[in-house]
Amino acid sequence: MELLAVLGLPPLGFFLLALFGARRNAPELNVAISFATLVASALLVLRVAKHGPMLVFHDQFFVDAFNVFLVALTAFVGLTTAIFSRPYMRIEEQHGRLTARRLRLYHAMYQLFMFAMLLALLTNNMGLLWVAMEAATLSTVLLVSLYRTRASLEAAWKYFILCGVGIAQALFGTILLYFAAEKTLGREGMTALLWTHLNAVKGQLEPRVLGLAFVFLLVGYGTKVGLAPLHNWLPDAHAEGPTPVSAVLSGLLLNVALYAVVRCKVLVEGSIGTALPSHMLMAFGLLSAVLAAFFLWRQKDIKRLFGYSSIEHMGIITFAFGLGGPVANFAALLHMTVHSLTKSSIFFTAGHASQSSGTQQMDGIRGLLGTHPAIGWGLMLGSLAILGMPPFGVFSSEFLILTTAMREHPWTTPFLLIALGVAFAAIFSRVQPMVFGDSEATPLPHSPALVPVFIHLAIVLVLGVYMPPALANWYRAAARLIG
Amino acid sequence: MHAQTVILPVVNLLAACLLLISFAMLSRRRTQRLITLFAWQGGILFLSTCIVAYSSGLHELYYSAALTLLLKVIALPMILHRLIVRLDAEWDSETVVNIPLIMLVGLVLVIFAFGLAQPISMMATTITRNTLGIALAIILLSFLMMITRRKAVTQVIGFLAMENGLFFAATSATYGMPMVIELGIALDVLVGVFILGLFFFQIREQFESLDLRNMENLKED
Amino acid sequence: MRAISIVRQLCEVVLAIAIAPLFAGWIAQCRAWLQNRSAPPLRQPYYMLRKLFAKDAALAETASPLFRVTPYVLFGTMVLAAAIIPSLATDLPFARAADAIALIGLFATARVFLSLAAMDIGTAFGSMGARREMMVGFLAEPALLMVLFNAFLLFGSTALPSMVDNYRAHPSIIDPSVIFAAVAFGMVLLAENARIPIDNPATHLELTMIHEAMLLEYSARHLALVEWASNLKLFNYACIGFALFLPWGIATHGADGVAAMLISIAALLVKLTAAGAALALIETFSAKLRIFRAPEYLAMAFLLAVLGLLVHLLLGVR
Repeated sequence: MELLAVLGLPPLGFFLLALFGARRNAPELNVAISFATLVASALLVLRVAKHGPMLVFHDQFFVDAFNVFLVALTAFVGLTTAIFSRPYMRIEEQHGRLTARRLRLYHAMYQLFMFAMLLALLTNNMGLLWVAMEAATLSTVLLVSLYRTRASLEAAWKYFILCGVGIAQALFGTILLYFAAEKTLGREGMTALLWTHLNAVKGQLEPRVLGLAFVFLLVGYGTKVGLAPLHNWLPDAHAEGPTPVSAVLSGLLLNVALYAVVRCKVLVEGSIGTALPSHMLMAFGLLSAVLAAFFLWRQKDIKRLFGYSSIEHMGIITFAFGLGGPVANFAALLHMTVHSLTKSSIFFTAGHASQSSGTQQMDGIRGLLGTHPAIGWGLMLGSLAILGMPPFGVFSSEFLILTTAMREHPWTTPFLLIALGVAFAAIFSRVQPMVFGDSEATPLPHSPALVPVFIHLAIVLVLGVYMPPALANWYRAAARLIG
Repeated sequence: MHAQTVILPVVNLLAACLLLISFAMLSRRRTQRLITLFAWQGGILFLSTCIVAYSSGLHELYYSAALTLLLKVIALPMILHRLIVRLDAEWDSETVVNIPLIMLVGLVLVIFAFGLAQPISMMATTITRNTLGIALAIILLSFLMMITRRKAVTQVIGFLAMENGLFFAATSATYGMPMVIELGIALDVLVGVFILGLFFFQIREQFESLDLRNMENLKED
Repeated sequence: MRAISIVRQLCEVVLAIAIAPLFAGWIAQCRAWLQNRSAPPLRQPYYMLRKLFAKDAALAETASPLFRVTPYVLFGTMVLAAAIIPSLATDLPFARAADAIALIGLFATARVFLSLAAMDIGTAFGSMGARREMMVGFLAEPALLMVLFNAFLLFGSTALPSMVDNYRAHPSIIDPSVIFAAVAFGMVLLAENARIPIDNPATHLELTMIHEAMLLEYSARHLALVEWASNLKLFNYACIGFALFLPWGIATHGADGVAAMLISIAALLVKLTAAGAALALIETFSAKLRIFRAPEYLAMAFLLAVLGLLVHLLLGVR
């Protein structure tokens, strides 16, 4: 039942907002629906915690420890982003960058996007997973080009084409997967595409076909994760879309795409027997982390900067999933959570900072602590968190990943350390002048919603210092599932 | 059996025609021609799916074929045609490199695709398994077409042709994906084209043309 | 070497030499009909040959012996090619002299001589025609070779008579590689024989000529021989096409007797009629390409031939 609510509320929200989204209290409606979704997902989490993994609706939907925590995270960040976007979009409308009609599109697409992501997380059907990922891409394309400027159109075009081509590769991978599965599981009742069934028979699936399928699936879904060298769409989409969209892209979509990759990896590893999928994940992850770290130096736009930071962190998480084993998987899951929370909070503050300074160029943003102390502190703490300073949660997860890497593949540690170090220097040196110093920023017409920022940061802090045993068990169960 | 000796060559012939159409798309300059070629591609896909449905006795393939006919032969070409008429995007006279070179690269890609698909074809049990290589070749050729074109509309047509290749791969290797998934994919494609249509108008409003060189400004600076 | 095969060989050569101008006349008549004008009589080429042979040859002062020899070389190579190509029967003594690839070499020899002789006189149009001819030939030969490789894979031999014999054993008209090879061959035929869309045989504008430009300096019997050789070339190409793709009617190994001969002659005439009409149709529906587009056209032919090869390798019998 909770599942029905979780999956049913966002489409309802989509329809309501498509009809009423131009009204003045549309943002409140958005928040209300997101809140309801969060409540439903919390109930779902409780149920899974009590009864264990469940298969629903003729095995078409599957909820286990791995995806239920992502569902909860998605709903939570969805809610906080909706709360953030209330004043943010109102300020944008007052600044003249958006009209009421575009706001209607924004709100409707936002809920549709949430639906697509939740569907992707909860479905057991690999084909439906693909459809949901494609739907998620489509619903955000129009959002990225919301401002209708030249740059945003270019960013949205790149996003559409690159992710579209990537998703087409993923479709081919899915076809190959189906092809291999059809022999063992037969064509009846779509069982050949159900992950749970595939997981049960993965040892019997043809290894060569699955290996080839994994390459396509990794390239396809990996484009959406933002793995180098397929990451070109990410910085532009983050920089040119409205800030709430950047927040959900970084905080949620990348996670869901990586979830899809990991599900495929579990299947393929069971079939192939060698460590090829893990090595591929490690290679792509490491490449993304190092490449993004060096690109960070050249950025002048604040949202682009943090877009590259997302690439770097997703690279680290992918690397950790590639390492495998209980500790690395645990660390990867933890990192997914804290990165999602921290990055979205950074985008919240960056959005308000650029709104008050009138520009997204970092040279134009100065002295936030003076004019808007809350925003300034939020940005500074957020940056420190994302850079891996203790006692924030990012530090613990990165520490665990590094130690595991040192134990199992010591030659990768220098690369990781370089990436982390270079990123630290780049981001810190950019954030410092923005936060300190003098400025002539104007006060914002509506008071910014900074409660979400601090809630996120507080959670990240707590996770760094003390991990609630329930959460730890949860992660461990998920890590065991990933293998 | 008798049916086998007739059906298999016909399917092979249709597959070869599909490959030829993909190459023709690489070299055509007029956008309207490309749309016509795309419609032909859809038509041949429809025919081959019907034939496979008849020979294998799987009736859901008929639905799948009907979906292809509706979407790729009728709906999408109509939408695209109206788009280019309203956008005035008839000609796409330039490609990034000259056409004979593109053809040669296309040939190399075809050889690569055939080589890649061979081991999988060996394992398949459908009668159309040999055409998997052609399906993969169509995908790669559409990808080449997308890279070497200057105008946005032709990139989109290349994208749709890639999707055609994927559909053909699905039918040739596995007698088609489950119906629900195919419906989902079709819906995605349709919605995608709508969104792109909206998109084109926005682009043209901003840039006054659909030339993609206008959209290479967001670089590392 | 049996008597019947010598007879067949002679029959073939004589028929080729006799019919070739008629074939050209038939194509001209079909074109005229399609263009809605009244056609010259079918025997017009013969009248022209007779007229030319009666005239006195005039040679430029700068002509070298090469120029005087070329018409005979051309005619000779074309007749030799006609002897090798199995248009009526496959059991030909001459066929052992060359397989299909050497046949291409024969055509290349003819082309080289023609081009050299055109440049020999030193006029501008001659050199221009020679250069263009060499470019088209240079691009068309790989396509033709690919078609022959294709045929080799399909029929197991590069000798045309063996191909015809083998074809009878595997009739499969809708094999895609056969169709691709046939279309590619058709495109090469148009290019090599100076037909639209590469060259307009009826043009009188020197700047657009390729083949005609090389013939500007010839007169009387030389011109007659060169014209006859061009007609023979078209006839030979048509017969190669029939041997590769439409071999019904050709008297294969073991089919002796007059009846088989008569059937094969009748079949050949029917095929030539149909081919001539088809050629006229293609010429009427196409426009002449600008010369810099010719490489694209020939690249397309090459591509088709290679595709036919690849498709055969992929879809062929395992």
